[in-house]
Amino acid sequence: MSAHPRTTTPPKTVEIHIRRRANPDSPQYWEQFEIPYRPNLNIISCLMEIQKNPVNKAGERTTPPVWHMNCLEQVCGICTMIINGRARQSCSALVDNLEQPIRLEPMSKFPNVRDLIVDRSQMFDHLKRVDAMVEFDGTYHLVTRPRMIQDDVQERYAYSRCMTCGCCLEACPQYEGDHYIGPQAIAQVRLFNMHPSGAMNRTDRLEGIMQEDGITNCGNAQNCVKACPMNIPLTRAIYEENRETVLHGLLGWLKG
Amino acid sequence: MASNGMKIAIVGGGLAGLAAAMKIAEAGHAVDLFSVVPVKRSHSVCAQGAINGAVNTKGEGDSTWEHFDDTVYGGDFLADQPPAKAMCEMAPSIIYLFDRMGVPFSRTNEGLLDFRRFGGTKHHRTAFAGASTGQQLLYALDEQVRRFEVQGKVRKFEHWEMMSLVLDDHQVCRGLIAMDLQTLELKAFPADAVIMATGGPGLIFGKSTNSMVCTGSAVSACYQQGARYANGEFIQVHPTSIPGEDKLRLMSESARGEGGRVWVPRNKGDVRPPSSIPEKERLYFLEEQYPAYGNLVPRDIATRAIFQVCLEGMGIGGQNQVYLDLTHIPAETLDRKLGAILEIYEMFVGDDPRHVPMRIFPGVHYSMGGLWVDYNQRTNIPGLLAAGECDFSIHGANRLGANSLVSCVYGGFIAAPAAIEYAKNLQRNGADGSRIYDQELKLQQEINDKLIKQSGDENQYVLHQEMGKWMTDNVTVVRYNDRLKETDKKLLELMDRYKRISINDSNLWATMALPHARHLANMLELARVITLGALNRNESRGAHFKPEFPDRDDENFLKTTIAEYSGEGPVFSYLPVDISLIKPRKRDYSKGKTETAKV
Repeated sequence: MSAHPRTTTPPKTVEIHIRRRANPDSPQYWEQFEIPYRPNLNIISCLMEIQKNPVNKAGERTTPPVWHMNCLEQVCGICTMIINGRARQSCSALVDNLEQPIRLEPMSKFPNVRDLIVDRSQMFDHLKRVDAMVEFDGTYHLVTRPRMIQDDVQERYAYSRCMTCGCCLEACPQYEGDHYIGPQAIAQVRLFNMHPSGAMNRTDRLEGIMQEDGITNCGNAQNCVKACPMNIPLTRAIYEENRETVLHGLLGWLKG
Repeated sequence: MASNGMKIAIVGGGLAGLAAAMKIAEAGHAVDLFSVVPVKRSHSVCAQGAINGAVNTKGEGDSTWEHFDDTVYGGDFLADQPPAKAMCEMAPSIIYLFDRMGVPFSRTNEGLLDFRRFGGTKHHRTAFAGASTGQQLLYALDEQVRRFEVQGKVRKFEHWEMMSLVLDDHQVCRGLIAMDLQTLELKAFPADAVIMATGGPGLIFGKSTNSMVCTGSAVSACYQQGARYANGEFIQVHPTSIPGEDKLRLMSESARGEGGRVWVPRNKGDVRPPSSIPEKERLYFLEEQYPAYGNLVPRDIATRAIFQVCLEGMGIGGQNQVYLDLTHIPAETLDRKLGAILEIYEMFVGDDPRHVPMRIFPGVHYSMGGLWVDYNQRTNIPGLLAAGECDFSIHGANRLGANSLVSCVYGGFIAAPAAIEYAKNLQRNGADGSRIYDQELKLQQEINDKLIKQSGDENQYVLHQEMGKWMTDNVTVVRYNDRLKETDKKLLELMDRYKRISINDSNLWATMALPHARHLANMLELARVITLGALNRNESRGAHFKPEFPDRDDENFLKTTIAEYSGEGPVFSYLPVDISLIKPRKRDYSKGKTETAKV
């Protein structure tokens, strides 16, 4: 994360422009707000300040802008929005590192519920489509000691940190609405194909991503890996799974 | 599969709720799962450190009994011992189960599970997935529950919030009322049993390490409908958090587990940068005061020591800050074992903790108290169970690090079969059924309508801030009876002013204002339970510390606090603690445990 140089004299106020929408059937519009500056403000603190006293820059009372937030530690993914043109988590977006006026917009690739809230349930549907889980036998106790190489664990750990925030989909030129499964789902396929038990269902997962709107939709723009706030090697996952699907297809053809 | 049309509702989609959902669905029964956020975004993701289980793979002679003893001793003997023992015995199999589900636990050179040390123990007992273990464990359960969702056994209601229970004329729980957070539609959901798994109430303290959903609101609703709330006064303040404008971000105990050292300059007012302060001019106060455990004393002890040092003006630059220093550990090791938490610090503070000691201060973190449950996670209301942080069991007066994840899963795994067993033998309400749902629905709608209509001069967010400040200042690390009384007066004043709040959002679609107003009313009720419980307990035990009563008083207070709701405020009574397995002994972390056992 590149930090902008901090200005030496802190500003007295923070100006924030929010792209708003009252409900899914009404049009979007911009509204400007101004709040007193304090050190160490993040976008969430700014929104809380506006929520407490919803008056816009022109001094008119308005409805408080709404947004989603939860962990505030950039690990739940819920507070993702577009900040100065880039999709990221608003909890970890510090005012001192942002150019003013700060522009906040809802993510554009998902249905806009109200103001900064979007509905990302399609991402969870994609996880269903690619069978992103280990199909283990049951929760009963089995004394097993699967051995794993730490390097493999490290790679899996990187994929396992995906918080389904959608930054990769927002950045992906191939992703429009509810079609292409996208980098996040492909990285989850990689995560489970690498696991000794997960590999038992490798075929199902590969066939999941080989369908229409699957891995072949990737246009290799490589925006996803740059957009990912968790630094997940998404392009590596796509590369590896592409290779796996090609081999799988070839093998199927030979067998057939 | 035999399900006799049984339906079990689970409120909360964190580790405890998902663990219960997985078990019930696996047994072939239907689950309705309610969560205010998509379950994958629950607060469990914030648990950084690790999960405890005595597997003794390091040749240290660890055992589940030793884990049990550490847990009970760490909890200052306030925990009922049989469930704590049962949890410690289940812990290794829980870790192996998560390993089978694909959690990327760190490995040893032999490719086996690796374990690290945590507070309050001398053993390497905590399995970890980098420094984001809670996230990884939650995802594993999320994946399994999604599998059952695909099979139609689990129905998820995400962005729905429980408002109240539906009780019949015999005070039996028959389901719940929930609100759609977009439309504000209220709906009744009949269920044969309800499992509460809603986590802690950190937001009562304004800023805490908790996520924004951790209001304790739904649990407070249960309390107001007759569920007993136990040991509410026991609030864990984590020794190491990063103060922020919007929240206190946790700095995991794993930082100390991997060798992090806590210190302040030995000379008051020493303003040199930390790297220019030579070793002998640093005061490693935890190591000096507690030679046996050093930086890995339990949280209540570390918190009080840090608090005291700052109170004496010894904090960095006279401020409420001390150093948590990792700079003596190779950066490569830090990245591998603690990467995720170091990134958080870097992201929010701007310094690199690999090279500059972190500045930290204690922050409200966890509630040991919660809904009273029996050894099968059943509350006193038939048909209502609870699991995870929202129940009071296991941790006594202080929770050990890395015991929360395991207690969540344990609670869910016990609650699930208990709920099934209960539902199997349940007489359904029959023709009379719909009346109780209609009644409760109407009541909840009236509360909403009143809030929406009323217009007063009070601001609900300001009230919340005031409550948080009072609770943090007076009901956390050090408690005085006169200040506790003042705090309760303040809470009553806030409750009165609450009657004059106005919902400041004229657009009710997906509004945050009405749900917050509902939370606030419920938080105020629980705040009184916490404050008055603390006032009544004239002793010091675990996280509850009163300078006026500095010692543990087993004669008068080795008992569980029970709060029951009445219109005039909480009514308190006490239950004996089950100490049938380990005899209480003095807690002294300056000595090893074998020495304390001898005394």
